[in-house]
Amino acid sequence: MRPVQFNNKVKTADIPESYTGEGFMATKFDSVIGLARQNSIWPLPFATSCCGIEFMATAASHYDIARFGAERMSFSPRQCDLLMVMGTISKKMGPVLRQVYLQMAEPRWVLSVGACACSGGIFDTYSVLQGIDQIIPVDVYVPGCPPRPEAILDGFMKIQDLVGQEGLRRRNSEQYKALMGSYGIQ
Amino acid sequence: MSLSNETIQQKLTEKFGEALTEWQQPYGMLTFTAPRDLNLKILQHLFDDAELGFRFLTDLQAVHYPERKGEELAVVYHLHNLRDNVRIRMKVFAPVEKPDVYSATALYASANFMERETYDFFGVNFVGHPNLIRILNVDEMDYFPMRKEFPLEDQTRIDKDDEMFGRGGTLGFGTEKTTHGTLTEENKHNEGEKIV
Repeated sequence: MRPVQFNNKVKTADIPESYTGEGFMATKFDSVIGLARQNSIWPLPFATSCCGIEFMATAASHYDIARFGAERMSFSPRQCDLLMVMGTISKKMGPVLRQVYLQMAEPRWVLSVGACACSGGIFDTYSVLQGIDQIIPVDVYVPGCPPRPEAILDGFMKIQDLVGQEGLRRRNSEQYKALMGSYGIQ
Repeated sequence: MSLSNETIQQKLTEKFGEALTEWQQPYGMLTFTAPRDLNLKILQHLFDDAELGFRFLTDLQAVHYPERKGEELAVVYHLHNLRDNVRIRMKVFAPVEKPDVYSATALYASANFMERETYDFFGVNFVGHPNLIRILNVDEMDYFPMRKEFPLEDQTRIDKDDEMFGRGGTLGFGTEKTTHGTLTEENKHNEGEKIV
């Protein structure tokens, strides 16, 4: 028994489906790149209200979103992979949010956190956007008013699954172009 | 000696006579109604008069009274005499078809944004305002949302229960079927309230 106990609970990602032999391993680019991407997501927090406070708890030490490879919050859309929209988006804020999304480079994902971002929430009123999916495509919705940090982490892990399983050609597909076209992007 | 409500009323009546009506003192705050085209003259007098000295415009906004035909929109000025710490309230009424009211921006610089807000929400046309454009709502908005004929709720929603969100339903929220604040045989669901 060594005098110092080292952390022996380190978890590693599963090896993707592959063909292995002595001294080599062959697998697909899709799964390797997906594996790398899903564990190094750079989120862009777009926090406007109370869900943003929950997000701060999610990012702080107790819940620690850094455990999922999202160590680095970025406030530059050009370098981000994931747009996390947390809070009420008013109609006047809509174009700003859309511009932030447009400034992100592909591949990009969107996580809509909380009832307001998902559907307008209780603010069923003339000044509030009734869900950000009216202006930008959304990958994962996190319900709640506000959702607990566990729910935000769950949504983030759903995004990780999407990122890890995404084929490299998806963003060039006709379906994806049609989706973007339905939002008037490109 | 501080300025009393009676002194203010007396001084204003001396100057403007019977033009000023509906003198009230709700919660001790002197309130009166003025003719629409006299609003600047009265404000100027309240500002200039050495004894009155209402030199601070606390607030300016509008109220929509659909039942007051021909004078649906009330523009309300809240004025403050900082020296004697006295507040008064002045109302002018304008028809909703042509809600022209003279702008107070030349007298009070703070009226600029407040008149823009009042225009934004009620559509009051402040004649002489230097830049009367929307200030809070999106520029594309094509109506004045605080007027009573427009429902509060966003009318583009289709996925919420109309019963709960002001788009019809059996109680007829947002339609002429409801009389605001009145309980009838049809909507007496709330226990503890009386049926009129």
